[in-house]
Amino acid sequence: MTEQALVKIQQVSKSYGGVRALKGVSFDLRPGEVHALLGENGAGKSTLIKVITGAHQPNGGTIEIAGQPVRHLTPATARELGIACIYQQPALFPDLAVAENIALRLEPATAGRRVDWPARRARAAQLLQRIGAEISPDAEVRSLSMPEQQLVEIACALGAGARVVIMDEPTASLTQKEVQLLFGVVRDLQGSGVGVIYISHRLEEIFTVADRVTVLRDGESVATNPVDEMNEASLIKLMVGREVSTIYPATEGAPGEVVLSLKNVGCAIGGVHNVTLDVRAGEVVGLAGLVGAGRTELARVLFGITPADTGEILLNGQRLAVRSPQDAVAHGIAYVPEDRRRHGVILDMTVAANMTMAIHRRIFPGAWLRFDAERLLALGYIRDLDVKTYGPEAPTGSLSGGNQQKVALTRWLATKPKLFIFDEPTQGVDVGAKSEIHKIIRRLAKDGVAVLMISSDLPEILGMSDRIAVMRGGTITAILPGKSDAHDVMVAALRQTEIGGSR
Amino acid sequence: MKRCFRELSVALALGLLLLFLAVAAPTFYQPQPLLSLLTREAPTLVVACGIALVIICRQIDISVGSQFSVCSVCAGLLASMNWPLALVLPASVAIGALMGATNGALVAGLRLPSIVVTLATMVTWREGLRWLRQGVWVDLPNGIQWFGLSQAAGQWALILIALLLLVVMVLVMKHLSAGRFVYAVGSDAEAARLAGIRPQLVTFTTFALMGALVGLAAMMNVAQSPQVDPNSGTGLELKVIAAVVVGGVAISGGRGNLWGVFVGLLLLACVSPALTHLHVEAYWEKAIQGAIILLAVVADGLRSRKEKR
Repeated sequence: MTEQALVKIQQVSKSYGGVRALKGVSFDLRPGEVHALLGENGAGKSTLIKVITGAHQPNGGTIEIAGQPVRHLTPATARELGIACIYQQPALFPDLAVAENIALRLEPATAGRRVDWPARRARAAQLLQRIGAEISPDAEVRSLSMPEQQLVEIACALGAGARVVIMDEPTASLTQKEVQLLFGVVRDLQGSGVGVIYISHRLEEIFTVADRVTVLRDGESVATNPVDEMNEASLIKLMVGREVSTIYPATEGAPGEVVLSLKNVGCAIGGVHNVTLDVRAGEVVGLAGLVGAGRTELARVLFGITPADTGEILLNGQRLAVRSPQDAVAHGIAYVPEDRRRHGVILDMTVAANMTMAIHRRIFPGAWLRFDAERLLALGYIRDLDVKTYGPEAPTGSLSGGNQQKVALTRWLATKPKLFIFDEPTQGVDVGAKSEIHKIIRRLAKDGVAVLMISSDLPEILGMSDRIAVMRGGTITAILPGKSDAHDVMVAALRQTEIGGSR
Repeated sequence: MKRCFRELSVALALGLLLLFLAVAAPTFYQPQPLLSLLTREAPTLVVACGIALVIICRQIDISVGSQFSVCSVCAGLLASMNWPLALVLPASVAIGALMGATNGALVAGLRLPSIVVTLATMVTWREGLRWLRQGVWVDLPNGIQWFGLSQAAGQWALILIALLLLVVMVLVMKHLSAGRFVYAVGSDAEAARLAGIRPQLVTFTTFALMGALVGLAAMMNVAQSPQVDPNSGTGLELKVIAAVVVGGVAISGGRGNLWGVFVGLLLLACVSPALTHLHVEAYWEKAIQGAIILLAVVADGLRSRKEKR
């Protein structure tokens, strides 16, 4: 193993604004090796990939590719150096044929050049054959399945002479059989001396396909080991090995009556099934799980965006039919969506208008807007939650992320909900605003609201939750007491032998 | 102050034009032609208010010209059947609302793109009318032109109706929940939905209201002459969309207000008489109006680029 590393990264760091996504990652990839990257959501895997593919520039550390130090890696130079990335969602042109898609990646982009169609087809066919894919070069990409599209991506990577292939959660949407097919392709790549960086949440896959594994935690690489020397328990320990900080506000008082009760709730479109869960007044139930485990999908079911088609939803003991967000709002359910920038607030509108958006009927009798009342209410919330804005008339778009999030929360606080669903409430929010949002959540619970909090931030889940529901594959697989061990939560989220095939 | 900067700058442009005319062509300020100008533009203002709502809601309605013609002819025919004005007016409004509701149902109910839907209805109404009526003008009985009043009184009545409607619509947009919902849906329909607003209902209602306003405007136009021209709505959609854009309503929805539309319409309407009084060839009218629109759009583009940075 004295061969030169294909990629060698030392002490790479990267900050976004004030957030340090990578604090010091070291990593190397040898020819013909499958090197797995493992870590919780937000451990820095995506950022590391972005650095290696040149999408983002690191703030510190060194990158060597094939022994050559590289300073300013751009996506173009990364491609020239033979680095290719296959994303979970292939980035192909759906309306073009496979051969055209491959050609667009590989041929020089000269507008006036004459297209050599037979050569295009021949090359595409040859590349596809090399990875054993039975796909016609003339097929429209739209008509291909997700794994077939991934194979086309791999063909592109090979055609570009890639020496390093990065696979980001390649099996997330594949069936068991397709996974085996993909593994075959990975081994072929390996055999031809290509290095593969393999990212997956599925531990069993890592044991099957990888040679070495590097564990990331909080933006640092904590260990790199041969897979043979590891087992599930030791990997999980590496992933979560840290103490939960004690800055979270404490629970006050005992939980009251059951507010929300789910009985075998399912929704085919959302990919959620058999969810059974109770949430009590004054209780914060953390919804943990990996990205794609069905947590947001469950929230969308409860809020009527994709209504449930099986099971029962009971609110305060009464059976509910939540067919639309209007129904949900009318029944006292509040939902702060994950994608705040897009759907949590309306950036064009003023802070005050956003705050009162969901309570027009209550505060504006006769639908006649009373600006004084609105302003007063907004001022109250601005002071109460310490929203940093120059006034209720400020356009919401002019506020920082954390403060926009507070405005989004306010809108729902104002509805005086019975059930409050938070989806990643502190994502992309600075530390100060984060702890304020935690206090707001805790205060809500104290006032008797039932809170369901989705978070990918494990310390947040552990610190805030009175109980923790862990989801995997669209259903709840474990309910743990609050202050559980991080290790137990990760085990529930990760391990759990496949339930029947495809998912 | 900062928020109505756009409207104020259009008002300033209009003010400068009027000032310039006062110096260079004082003949522009004759009461009678000026009154005629405002009367002519009164129905346009009503339609412009409607289309402003549609555009704030992030939709478009290019069928308003055809709706206008259909309403005009229907109003004329009903009047010539000796229906009283008190029935002809609501009938015209109802016919317009029905056509608007058709657009609204297709756009909001089936979630089709409004540009395609209203293009289709534009052609359908227009050609249907041509086929049925063969382009025949409708003679009106007495008592319809100028609502049976004297010409001057009729003119003032029309101007007052338009202004009253403008004020009502301004109040609706600013002071009613419904108005704010239109802005919310136009800014971000998904966010509005998550806030418990029903975007499809808002969109449908906006289109239906648009149609009703066209019906009213058609009646206001019919009342200005002894005959009904079956092509009176031709080109109206471009005129009102232009006024809305010049008035500072964002074509991407969610932004703008009706005062701006009012000023924008006046600015565009003044171009033609201004040219006459400055003894410039009338051929330049459209080119100058086009330049004003272009200027407004470019200014918006530059401003939003600056905001993004």
